[in-house]
Amino acid sequence: MNVGANGWLLARILRSPADAAALDAAGWTALIAIARAEQMIGTLAWRLHGTAMPPAVARILADARALAEHGRTLALWEAEAARRVLAPLGVPVVLLKGTAFVAAGLMAGQGRSIGDLDILVPRGSLHVVERALLANGWEWVKPDAYDDAYYRRWMHELPPLIHRDRDRMIDVHHTILPLTARITPDAEGLLADAVPLRAEEKGALAMLSRTDVIVHAAAHLFADGDLAGGMRNLWDVHCLIEEFGVEGLVERAEHHGLGDAVGRALRLAAALYGDGATLSPGDRACLRRVTARDGWGRATHPWTRLAFYVRSHWLRMPPAMLARHLWTKWRKQAAA
Amino acid sequence: MRHVFSVRIGPVGFRVGSDWRGPIRQLAALYAGYPQPEDGVPDFTVRLFAQRPWRRVIRPAVMIGGDFMIPDAAPLPLAQGLLAAEMAMNLQMALGQRRYLLLHASAVERDGRVLLMTGESGSGKSTLAALLSQRGWRLMGDEFALIDPVTGLAHAFPRLVSLKNAAIAVAEAAMPQARFGPLLEGTPKGAIRHLVPDAAAVAAMDTPGKPALLLFPRFGFAPDIREVAPGEVFMRLTQASTNYVAMGERGFDALTRLVLGIPAQAIDYPDTDHALAQVEALWDAL
Amino acid sequence: MAAVYRAAQAEALRIVPLDTFTAIYHRASGITHLVGPPVPEILAALGPDGLTLGALIARLGETYDLLDADEAALGARLDELVGAGLVRTA
Repeated sequence: MNVGANGWLLARILRSPADAAALDAAGWTALIAIARAEQMIGTLAWRLHGTAMPPAVARILADARALAEHGRTLALWEAEAARRVLAPLGVPVVLLKGTAFVAAGLMAGQGRSIGDLDILVPRGSLHVVERALLANGWEWVKPDAYDDAYYRRWMHELPPLIHRDRDRMIDVHHTILPLTARITPDAEGLLADAVPLRAEEKGALAMLSRTDVIVHAAAHLFADGDLAGGMRNLWDVHCLIEEFGVEGLVERAEHHGLGDAVGRALRLAAALYGDGATLSPGDRACLRRVTARDGWGRATHPWTRLAFYVRSHWLRMPPAMLARHLWTKWRKQAAA
Repeated sequence: MRHVFSVRIGPVGFRVGSDWRGPIRQLAALYAGYPQPEDGVPDFTVRLFAQRPWRRVIRPAVMIGGDFMIPDAAPLPLAQGLLAAEMAMNLQMALGQRRYLLLHASAVERDGRVLLMTGESGSGKSTLAALLSQRGWRLMGDEFALIDPVTGLAHAFPRLVSLKNAAIAVAEAAMPQARFGPLLEGTPKGAIRHLVPDAAAVAAMDTPGKPALLLFPRFGFAPDIREVAPGEVFMRLTQASTNYVAMGERGFDALTRLVLGIPAQAIDYPDTDHALAQVEALWDAL
Repeated sequence: MAAVYRAAQAEALRIVPLDTFTAIYHRASGITHLVGPPVPEILAALGPDGLTLGALIARLGETYDLLDADEAALGARLDELVGAGLVRTA
């Protein structure tokens, strides 16, 4: 069967695993390359568990499941390490993204690949958290002075830290969008509504509430990058909606100023993985960008990507600052 | 990708896509006789690509990409495209192999039992493996030994043997009838020439063997043989394995079983004749 | 009341003696520890019920010649083992 080899192939198989039966060797090869490029091979492997497939594919996907399982172990241990350091300080530690999904046993966590530990803490606790982490084996991932000042003043997180023995990064957020963004979510509300993962434990880790976690996934998708990793992010949104439903979601999104972002995320997730949606031209452009991957795992449509890269910086900072930031970065690169 | 090459080497299938025909032609010629990936689906995808469209033609430089990539890797000149392809395949194994524990070691087999040789670049493990393959041993591989965590057996992975600098002349002299790739000079590691595994190695690539002896060779020293205790072996092998940590508990099982199950010796040698004699003596004493 | 130190649960660790060194795989973290004496002896002495620092020194002293029974140093080592997950506190 000849299928267009791009992100839509991956989306279709995730939506409807039984369709994989019709794939030929070239189709499987492309599907695997696309899934790997989108960091979704583990997700694919779980969706296809039990489906008929050639033995070579079964082995590749079994390896992917084993890899995801090992990644889960490392991610949970990292969260535990952070908890041991921060809980005694009385700082509430709210897990974000992949680590939260696997800690809570959510569908979105099945087969997920996890890189860094992302946590949300109150802005007022940043200094305390920073000192505690530095005193317990974490160190800065050496940014240069300009990036450091930029980070601390404008970003929604501390500059990245890495643990010197375990070699794993931690991102400490105090809100979910950069301070220079034109939208300012209610960070205190996120923390106030956070749900402990093990209610009976004191100093337990927590995660965002069932509406906030979807709002965060939507915000992260649109505001954080140039839609890079969009297929995985939208799969997260799709799974979270399946698991938690949408009751109260729109109101909560509006409260954070992210009504449009969440609306778009729901439509795109439905178009890719669900029952379809009515799409605006802007939605279609996003989908083109998100699915721009070929059967060799290469990112395609470079002009579309460039447009999104400039757009995402615009979301993060006002034009005058953007010009100054890009100029300084360009000068440093030219000097290097 | 314009030009494509697919091959199966032991239990691992690769597909290599390239913006240039040259490296693909070389790979096809040197790996002639090797099978195709099982079920037509390769385990890993490798890409040799030009960083910018004009770099395909103007001062052509080969960037290495694939399922697993490292950022900021420097490209190689097109003349070394074959080396780029081999490095890219190594990279996929190093970062993506999960089924077998990888040891950075050469492996040769005799009577169903396997000799593993591990060490730094320049220790001579590739050269010794090539020379032993002329003396009644079957070449299983020179870069990676694959250990099955379930059975403990070593599986063959007979890629082109990478000979460097002085070792090239040694191998050419000892193996005049063997097939070699082009001489590549000025690479990051000096001069490199690839040796094609012989027909026996290719024919037997799906036959595993039982590890029986582990050697840590060191070239350029007065002859010496020292036993290496299991604790030290364990530590050195984890350092020499790119996927031990990712393998988790299965890796731990495979490695502890290997380390407790076979003797290990460090051999220092001034020249290959000494080394070959040391190897045969140690093997006979098993 | 003095802290009681317990060895991690049996299922949490895979312990394989090699020679002087012992390889320990810690399942919860995926980390392999290569340890020398007296770590395996400490883990065996603590067991699931655990001991206080003083009791541990006494117990070890029954079987081994302790050259320097420094409580503070042993306490620091035990805290490292707690950090690694090989030992738990009550």
